[in-house]
Parts: sequence; C-alpha cells; structure tokens
Amino acid sequence: MKAFAELYAALDETTKTNEKIEALTRYFSRVPPADAAWAATFLIGRRPKRLLESRKLAQWAVEESGIPEWLFGECYHAVGDFAETIALLLPPAQSSTDLPLHCWIEERLLPLRDADDTAKRASLVSAWREMDERQRFAWNKIITGEFRVGVSQSLVVRAVAAVSGLDAAVVSHRLMGDWQPTAAFWTQLVARDRDDADVSRPYPFFLAYPLEGPIEELGGIGAWQVEWKWDGIRAQLIRRHGRTFVWSRGEELVTERFPELEALGERLPEGVVVDGEVLPWKDGEPLPFAQMQRRIGRKVLGPRILSEVPVVIVAFDLLELRGEDIRERPLEFRRGNLEEIAPPNSAMIVSPVVRAQTWEELTARRQEARARKVEGFMLKRLGSPYRVGRRRGDWWKWKIEPYSVDAVLIYAQPGHGRRASLFTDYTFGVWDGDQLVPFAKAYSGLTDEEIRQVDAFVRANTVEKFGPVRAVKPELVFELAFEGIQRSARHRSGIAVRFPRMARWRLDKKPKEADTLETIRALLPPGGRATD
Amino acid sequence: MNERVARCVTYTEIILEPTDNGLYCPAGDFFVDPGRPVDRAVITHAHSDHACPGSRAYLTARSGEALLRARVGDEAAIQTVEYGECVRLNGVRVSFAPAGHILGSAQVRIESGGEVWVVSGDYKLEPDPTCAPFEPAACDTFVTESTFGLPIFRWPPEARVLAEIRSWWNANQQAGKASVLFAYSLGKAQRVLAGLNTEDAPIYTHGAVEYFCRLYRAAGIALPPTMHAGSAPATTDWSRALILAPPSANGTPWMRRFGPLSTGFVSGWMRVRGARRRRSLDRGFVLSDHADWPGLMSAIRSSGASRVWVTEGYRVPVAEWLKQQGLDALPVDTRFDSEQDETGADPAEAEP
Repeated sequence: MKAFAELYAALDETTKTNEKIEALTRYFSRVPPADAAWAATFLIGRRPKRLLESRKLAQWAVEESGIPEWLFGECYHAVGDFAETIALLLPPAQSSTDLPLHCWIEERLLPLRDADDTAKRASLVSAWREMDERQRFAWNKIITGEFRVGVSQSLVVRAVAAVSGLDAAVVSHRLMGDWQPTAAFWTQLVARDRDDADVSRPYPFFLAYPLEGPIEELGGIGAWQVEWKWDGIRAQLIRRHGRTFVWSRGEELVTERFPELEALGERLPEGVVVDGEVLPWKDGEPLPFAQMQRRIGRKVLGPRILSEVPVVIVAFDLLELRGEDIRERPLEFRRGNLEEIAPPNSAMIVSPVVRAQTWEELTARRQEARARKVEGFMLKRLGSPYRVGRRRGDWWKWKIEPYSVDAVLIYAQPGHGRRASLFTDYTFGVWDGDQLVPFAKAYSGLTDEEIRQVDAFVRANTVEKFGPVRAVKPELVFELAFEGIQRSARHRSGIAVRFPRMARWRLDKKPKEADTLETIRALLPPGGRATD
Repeated sequence: MNERVARCVTYTEIILEPTDNGLYCPAGDFFVDPGRPVDRAVITHAHSDHACPGSRAYLTARSGEALLRARVGDEAAIQTVEYGECVRLNGVRVSFAPAGHILGSAQVRIESGGEVWVVSGDYKLEPDPTCAPFEPAACDTFVTESTFGLPIFRWPPEARVLAEIRSWWNANQQAGKASVLFAYSLGKAQRVLAGLNTEDAPIYTHGAVEYFCRLYRAAGIALPPTMHAGSAPATTDWSRALILAPPSANGTPWMRRFGPLSTGFVSGWMRVRGARRRRSLDRGFVLSDHADWPGLMSAIRSSGASRVWVTEGYRVPVAEWLKQQGLDALPVDTRFDSEQDETGADPAEAEP
C-alpha cells in the first residue's frame, strides 16, 4: 500500500506524460506481480464491483472523525472529492502500513462482499487506523471507485511495454478482454512468449481524429474510402470456437444486451472479428440514439422493447479472418472479406461506401448527413492497416457542423476535482415568451481564464441559492453547440440535446438577443412524439 | 460618518458594529480594518485586504509601522503603540496583542463600559521566526477570522514542510531545473526564507518579494541572502536556483527567463488537491499564516469569550459549529466582496 500510495501521489503531482510513465514504470518494476496487476486494473479504470455504499462510508467517516454530518457536507463541498474529503477529515494518522496492495484488496476488501454492515464498518475503520494520510486517500479512491488520476490506458500500456520490453501493440492486445488481476496474469502480460489463447479477447480499437485542415489537404479523393459516420455504440463482434462475444469500446462484454447480435454470430464463419457501430435500427434507417439509451437502461429485455428498438451492427472493418489477425492487411482486402462474410438479411449491415468523384461533390453530399441521421463522414486511406488507438493520418472523422444556439446563463454550481469550489457547471436558458426556461447544461468549452471570470460573475450576481446551486442574474450569453436534438417529455423545455458544450462566450450579445424556444423547436426533426 | 449598515445584530452591549466597510466602534468612533478610507482606522496588519490607503489617521502596533507605511503611503498619519500598551480613543481603551500572522500583526483589544472585545485580525498559533508569537487575549466577545474554518484544514508540522521544500529543490537541482516557489510576497515568503539554511543558496526573488524582504531586514529580522531575479544578468544559470515569487507571477512572461522549471506553491490551500491542480502546479506545500481548524478552536477557547463573531471565509459553518458547542456565535459579514477567500485568491497579491 505504501508503494501504491506513493505512485498515486506521484501521478497526481505531475501533468507531464513522461513523468507519469516514469512513475508507473518505477512502480511496476519494484512491486510484486499481484500488486502490479491490481494497480493496472485500477489505473485503466476497471474495478471490482463496488462493495461499500457511499452513504455508509460517509456515515462511518463522520463517526470516526467526530464531526456532525452537515459539517462533512460543507467539507465535501469545499474539497469536491469524496475520497479526499474522508482522508482529510479522519483523525491524524498514528501509523502507516507495509501490507502490499494485493493483500489489502484480496484479504481485507474483497471478503467484505458477504459481510454485514457491522463487520464492514469495523474492517474499514481498522483499515483507516492502520494507514497514514496518503494511504487512506489511495485506499478511499480504491473503495469508492472514483479512480481518476490522469492516467489513460495508453500510459499504462507504454509503462508495461517499458517494463517488459514488449511492443506496445502486444501489451495493448493482452490487456483487452476478460482477465483477472492476479500474479499469474501479470507474469503472462509481461512474458516474452506466450500462447495467446483467450477466445473472447477483442483487439484494441483504432480511433479516428477529427479532420484538422481543409479537406483538399488530404490529396486526391481517389486515395480515400469514404463512409457515413454512424452515431451508435462502437463495438467488436467476435465469433470464435462456436461462441459469440460483443465488446463495447469501453471494454465491456455486452453480448447479453444484444440478443440480435448473438443470433447474428450463429450465421458467421468461424474465426472472425468484425468492427462496427451498434445502432437502433428500423425500416432501413437508424432510430434516435435516445431510443438506444432507453434500451441500454433495462436489466431485462422484454419482447416489447426488442420489437420497438431492434439493433443492428453497421460493420465497417474485419480484423480477423479464419482465426488469423489481418489488421496489417490493406483496407481494401479487409473490406472485401467483410462484404463476403456478411450474411444477407441479417442484423449486420455493411457500412455503405459513399461515392464521389471530387472533394466538391463530397462536400455537397455532406448536406445529406442530417436526413440520413449520421454525424458526417469517415475518411479512410486506401491501403492502410488497422492501427491501435487514436492515430492521425489514416482515419479521419469529418463531422457536419454542430447545431448552435445562443443561450443565457441562469444557474451555476461548483465542479468536482480540479474544478471544485469554482463555479464551472452551468445551466442555460432560452426565451419562452418573457421567461427563460432551462434548456441545456454544459460544463466544457471555456478556457481557465474564462471560467475564472464566469466564476467571479456568479459570486457577484447570485440572486438565490439552492444548496450548491446558484441562480444568477441572467446576463451572460453563450453560444452552445450540440450534436443532436429531440423532443423530450422529461425536460422542461420539451427538448433534449446531445453533447451540449460552450462554443463561445458571446460578450457582444445582450440576454434579450438569445434564442427563443420557438426557433429551437424549428430544428427538431419533423413529426414524432416525445420519446420518454 | 461613513455609511453604517448594521446587519442582523440585535445585542444591547454592542461595542462594534459590522458594516460593509469593516467593523465600526461607535463609542470610540473608529473602524477596524476598513476597506475604504475613514477618519480613523485601527489596523490589525498590513495585508491589502486589511489596510487600505486614504484614511485620515491610522493606529497600529509599532512593529507593523514600516509595512503599513509601505501600504498606505509616506504622508499618512500613523500612530503606533507597543503590544500591550493602551491608548484611549474617545474614552474607549484600545490596545494590541501579537497575532502571529506576519510581522507587526496584532489582535485589537477594545474595552468600553467594562466590556472587552478582541478582534483577532488574521492569526496563527504556530511559532514563526519572523514575528511575535500569538498571545491569547481574554475577552467577553472574540471576533475571529475563519479563512481555514473547516476540519479538513489541519497543518502538518512546519519542519516537515520545510524539509519537503528542500528535498523538492534538491531533486530539481539534480534534474537541472529551476525551482519557482510561489508564496505571498508579504509574510509567507519571509517565513519560508527564515526557515531555509544560509547554505541553501542561490535564492532569487521576484521584485514584490524582494521589496518586503528589505523591510523585514530593516526591522531586524534575519533572512538568508537573496538576489533580485530581475537584476540578475542574462547569463545567469537558474538550474540550481530557488526563486520566490508571488502566486500572481504564475504563467506570466516573467517566468520565461528561467528555462526548464518546476513550480511549487506554499499555502494552506494546498491541503486540498483541487486547489493545486486548478493552478497547474507541480507541487503544493501546506504552510499557512492562518490558524487551521484546531488552531481556531484553541484560540477561541483560550479567549474565554462567551460570544464569538466569525468573519471571513467559512464564517457560517464555524459559527454553526460553535453554537452547537454551546457558544453564542454569529457569522458576521464585514466585506463587500466577502467570497474572495473561498477561491484561495489572496487579495494582497493584486499589488506589485
């Protein structure tokens, strides 16, 4: 736990990638393999099922600290991080622990799964008493599962590659799929040679960057394959040894959520891995993404939801054929074989190729995007391999311009983590007659300097407080950008938008010049009732 | 007299009234730490959020005179008294007790009609080689600050923090990086300097820090030698240097001269990770010139006061907590813009 707490502090104290990788490499090479396996698990965002409820954790921390609950609330509000608040509030540490991380997890944490509250409380309080402040903080991060320390999967991969001397792509692949954090797993992970036999393991996803310059800079259009960019759940469909697996990009095994795809697997040849986008689909076109969310939210998929919101995989790449990794083969080869294996009249639709002779023609065809319910184009370089992670050069996404609306800041509340105690989370309103109705929430898009200015504005112009939320004088106008717009019975404005963010602070606009609900309603797709 | 806005206070034996221009004593006709010019100002210490220029007459503790003069100007009428010495203002007895915050900082003791009030100003209980230690002053009503008035604020021992600063500096020297340490230019910077060894050279300073170091040295406070970074030749090798600068210098073009560097910030706010991360600092060192939560509670207890007014940052939770402990406590708003402290911004740094 000592080494892990130091690692956490080291990662937390730098924003520089190289220093983070150094800290990780140092850690991985000095701790027992089981510790390394657990640390990697947490750092890449996997975690054991949560064993302790926040509410109870808070209650025990409050009792152990000897402060009333409301004061804990005040402290949490100032710190903005639950695990940290508890670590700062517990009575001063009297000792520190040398017990390795894996022992803490396997011997102290996981056994609590079947324990009652009294036993959980006793074990937890005893753990806090054995640890120093840093260790308590890292421990609280583990047990609350809010494990964000600015380490991406790719940093962990690079550190493991450095420790093992393996290629990063190999490490990345070995870290995919369903594995358990054990000493044996770690030993296999860093082993030079091994038989990679996990039948369910997906490949690392290749991700596109947004197009950065004018389209003409990509050279001749003849060197590119163009597809529509679908807005669904990126997934790999795996068929090996007579079994079917569906992996989401979040590396979740989601096979059971999509019985349509499991059935599709039965019709695929042995030893294939398909990359695509899972979409709710009906009558030859995608349904709004909110429909998918309706379906994802269900634990049990009844016949009604399955018939109302059926899904397909819009397939665009083939990564494995007859059990062989074909990611290094050129795009045309993979595409050709993908078309070949696609069963007719099935839940697999091969993403159509968009034909255009010139960039001008393609640019003109972008106008079709909204009607087709896609986000724009994907541009893929002919002859290119299927790469690992987000890379520039071979794949570009060329999205249509987002919708944009001018709205007025009406509520603000403090952010979390780095943004705790600054007012960074905003609610925006648009005009409905002479009233501003809440229309969207947005947290991103402003520079640190702009955030400071808005924060100062909020403090000086609060008209009412509701807990942490401040109602402010409606004065500041922002241009909000968003990707999709839909009717919604759940929102007061009757409208739900997708991915809203602040595109610009319109210092040049008065609140009266902000948009009205009516003009926004005009952006809605025609017809249809509220979806939820 | 200036506008007096009494807020939600209904006591009869009131010696001080909260106004939006600081605390006002009607019997003595003076303000404590007014934010705008008044006829007579009693000043606890020379930070800019407590001492504003333009008042007709000032009264402050003698050891704080030079710093106050630097703040309010050469021509200002400043009367000073030693700690413990008494003056009468309109028949009201006023004296100062050391507050341990910065050089010359004082608590103001006000006695009228047999009632004693003490206004703490800013204070800390830990020893500090650059100023006289905090002395508890017995009173009926204690007006306390609450900048760090939450139980999450608990200071580590100063020696440990200074050792952390030294080892960070050492590690930077080995990595060939300059160590830029942000500290409030009046008070904190000098306290850190006094805690470093004279062999910890070379130490450079930002102009604002250097200015106050000169005043400290003139007052007889021993500080290790420092060099003004702005006067250093262009060929200076910064890779082994510690550079003390006000937090406002972070991210300004002034920093460019130092080449590869690591940044640190010495402040009580560094107790919370978010406060450090928001500023994109490499390191935070938890060292404050304000009382932490145990310090506030201890000072309040040892004042023996039965009534406590709580001013500044966390006045509401502190007053609520004290009420639950059986004290007659009230949050008191003495500032027009009273929320500044929550963000960790130090108004003193707005100055050059």
